[in-house]
Amino acid sequence: MSGSFSIDGVTVPFETGQSIMDAALAAKIYIPHLCHNPEFQPHGSCRLCCVTANGRTVAACTTLATDGLEVANETHEITTRRRLLLKLLFVEGNHVCPACEKSGACQLQAVAYHCGMLAPEFVHFYPKRAVDASHPETIIDFNRCILCELCVRASRDHDGKSVFNISGRGIDAHLTIDSPSGRLGDSRFSASDKAARVCPVGAILPKHRGYEIPIGRRLYDQESISQVGDVASHREQEDG
Amino acid sequence: MTDSTPTDISRLETAEHPENLRRIAIEPLTRVEGHGKVTLLLDHDNRIRQARLHIVEFRGFEKFIQGRPYWELPVLVQRLCGICPVSHHLAAGKAIDQLAGVDQLTPTAEKVRRLMHYGQILQSHALHFFHLSSPDLLFGFDSDIGQRNVVGLIERHPDLAKQGVLLRKFGQEVIRVTAGKRIHGTCAIPGGVNKSLDSSERNYLQQDLPQMIRWGQEALSLAQNLFLEAREQHRRFARIDTPMMSLCRDDGGLELYHGGLRVVTGDGHKLLDRIDSREYHRHIREQVKSWSYMKFPYLQQLGPEHGSYRVGPLARINSCDYIDTPLAERARVEFRALEPDGLVQSTLAYHWARMIELLHCAEKIEQLLDDADLLGSDLQQSGEMRPRGIGVIEAPRGTLIHDYEINPDGLVTRANLIVSTTHNNRAMNESVRTVAADLFDGREISEGMLNSIEVAVRAYDPCLSCATHALGKMPLVVELQEPDGRIIDRLIKDTRGELSR
Ligand code: SF4
Ligand code: FES
Ligand code: NI
Repeated sequence: MSGSFSIDGVTVPFETGQSIMDAALAAKIYIPHLCHNPEFQPHGSCRLCCVTANGRTVAACTTLATDGLEVANETHEITTRRRLLLKLLFVEGNHVCPACEKSGACQLQAVAYHCGMLAPEFVHFYPKRAVDASHPETIIDFNRCILCELCVRASRDHDGKSVFNISGRGIDAHLTIDSPSGRLGDSRFSASDKAARVCPVGAILPKHRGYEIPIGRRLYDQESISQVGDVASHREQEDG
Repeated sequence: MTDSTPTDISRLETAEHPENLRRIAIEPLTRVEGHGKVTLLLDHDNRIRQARLHIVEFRGFEKFIQGRPYWELPVLVQRLCGICPVSHHLAAGKAIDQLAGVDQLTPTAEKVRRLMHYGQILQSHALHFFHLSSPDLLFGFDSDIGQRNVVGLIERHPDLAKQGVLLRKFGQEVIRVTAGKRIHGTCAIPGGVNKSLDSSERNYLQQDLPQMIRWGQEALSLAQNLFLEAREQHRRFARIDTPMMSLCRDDGGLELYHGGLRVVTGDGHKLLDRIDSREYHRHIREQVKSWSYMKFPYLQQLGPEHGSYRVGPLARINSCDYIDTPLAERARVEFRALEPDGLVQSTLAYHWARMIELLHCAEKIEQLLDDADLLGSDLQQSGEMRPRGIGVIEAPRGTLIHDYEINPDGLVTRANLIVSTTHNNRAMNESVRTVAADLFDGREISEGMLNSIEVAVRAYDPCLSCATHALGKMPLVVELQEPDGRIIDRLIKDTRGELSR
C-alpha cells in the first residue's frame, strides 16, 4: 500500500512502513539528522530530526508516514530548536573545527551550517577524553563522538561483532569498546568493517593520514548538506 | 647618564642588590597572544641598574599537543599564533615527514611548500615594514604619536600605504592558493602536500608579479635610504654585537626553507656551518631564568654568559655568502658594504635586511611559478614510522624549531618548540638595556625613552607584536617604584597614544 503526505506543503509519496524520514530521503527533501542512516534500524536518539506532524512533535526517523499527514520541517521554530540541540552537542564534546581532519566533510559541522549556527553560545564543558590509536589502521578520537550509536549498530547488525557499546547515562554516557583492555587494537575490529565507515563526525578515522582533500574540494565545501546528503553514503561510494 | 662612568651593559641584567632598587615597569595593557613588559630597576641615584624585557608566551601548547596523532600536527600548531600560523604549519610539516619516514619529498611537494613559505615571509615582512615600522622611521621616533602610526602613513604617504597593503595581499593570495584559505588552511601532510597548482592558479599569481617585484624594489630602497639618512644615529641605536644564526645552503647561499645551521661571529668567523638542523640540541642550550617564563637559549660553544645570538632577517643576510636571486643579491652586497670588516650589527638594520628578503621572496615566487613541477601531480611519499621528527625552517622572524617524539601508536609524547622570538630573547634584552642606558636621564620617565625602547624591540619583530598590533597604539604603563614597592610615578599611554599620569 502507499499514500501521500506533505512536508512544508510539498506532497510526498510513501510506501507503507516507511518513516517520515525515509519518505523524505526518497523524495530528496532534507530533514536534518545525525543518528539516522537508512541502512540501519532507526534509533531516535539525537532528536535533530524532530518535526511536527499534525501539530505534534515527533522524531521523523522513528515515526511512520501516514496518509494525509501534515509535516512541518523547516519552520523558524523548529530550526531554532535544532540550533539549540546543535549548540549543546558542540559544547558537550571537544569539537575544534579549524584543527579537525573531518572539517569540511563532517555532518555535525554541515548540519550546524545548514541550521544557521555560526558560533557557539554556551560554555564549553571541555570534557577530558582520550584518543585510542592502538589499532594499526583506525583511530578513535572520543573527543568528537556524539553518541549517535551508528558504529554500535553497524558493528552489531552488519559486521556481527558488537565491538562498540554505549555505557553510562546522561552526561556520563560514553562509547566503550568490547575488548579485554577496552582498547580498539585488542578488539575484533577491522578497518574493512562497516563500522569503520559510518561515523558522521571525525571520531572514527583512518590512521596515519588526514587533510588529504584540499580545502575547496571537501564534501560540503561547495554545496550544503541538504543537497549533498550524508557522509556515510559518500564513503560507501568511494570505497565501491 | 648622570655620572661619567659608562654603564656596563652586561651588568645590567641582574643587579647586585635588587632590594635597594627602584623599578620602572613598562607594560602593555592588552594581552591577546602574549604581551611584553619592560622593567627598569633604578638605584637611589636614579641610575639604571637593571633592565629586563619580559615576554609572556602562550606556553600551553606543549600540553595541548600531547596525546594527539602526529599527522594532525601541521594543522594543530597553526593555532599557536595568529600571526605566523603558516610558519608553524611548515615547520611541523617537515617534522611529520620524518615521523612518517620520508626524507625526500617529491619535487612538486617541496616546491608547493616553498611557494607557500615565500608567500608567508613576503606578507609578514610587508605587514611589519609598512604597518608597524615605517611610521617610526619616516616620522622619527620622537615625532607626534598621533601621526606616528599607519593612519599618519596613509595621510602623508598614501601610495606607500597602498603598496604595503597590496604586497601583503599578494603574499596572502599565495598562501590561499597553496593552502585553500588565507588562514587555517591545509597544505602539508605526512610526506607531501594535499594539492599542487593548476594553470589558472599559476596564471592568476603570475599576472601581479612584475608589479610586486617593482614595489619590492621600492620598499627596499626606502628602507635603505631611511637607514642611511641618519646613518650614525641608526648604526648606534640599540646596537649590540652578537653572533648571527640561520639556516644556510651548503654552498653558503641564503636559504629560508631547508639547509644546515650556520653561526657567524662578529668578525665573520664561522662558528658553526653545515650543521644538520636536527642536531640543534647539541649546539643550542636553553637556560631558564627565575624572572621570565621565556627560555634563554645560548650557543653551547660560547656558554651561558657570552652565548647570546640573533636570528631573523639581519642574521640571515649577514650569515649567507650570496643570494641566488639577482636583485636581492645586489642589495645584499650594498648592505654588507656598510661594515666591510665584519657583520652589520645595527639593530635598526633589521628593517633593511627584511626588505632585501621581501624582494628575494618575490623573485623566488617568480622562479617557482615558471617551474612546471609546481603543476605536477606526484604529491606524496610514504615510509616507515619513526619515533622522532625535527622540523626547522627560517620563519619571517628567524629560525623556527619544532621537535616531536611519538609513541608506537603515533601519538605525541613530547614536544619542544623554539620560536624565533625566543632565540632573540637575550639579544632583545641587551638592546633594551642599551637604549635604556643611553637615554634615561635619571630624572623622569620620558615619552621619548619609552618610544625608543618600543622601537628597539620592534626592530626584531618579536611575536609580542601579535598582542600589540596597532602601531603607535601599543598601550603601555610605566611605573616608578621605590624599593619598598611604593609607586611614586606612573605614566600611561592608552591605545590612542594619549598620555596620562
Ligand atoms: S564514534 Fe562516531 S559513529 Fe560511533 S557513536 Fe560516536 S559519533 Fe556515532
Ligand atoms: S536522526 Fe532522528 S533522532 Fe537522530
Ligand atoms: Ni607568532
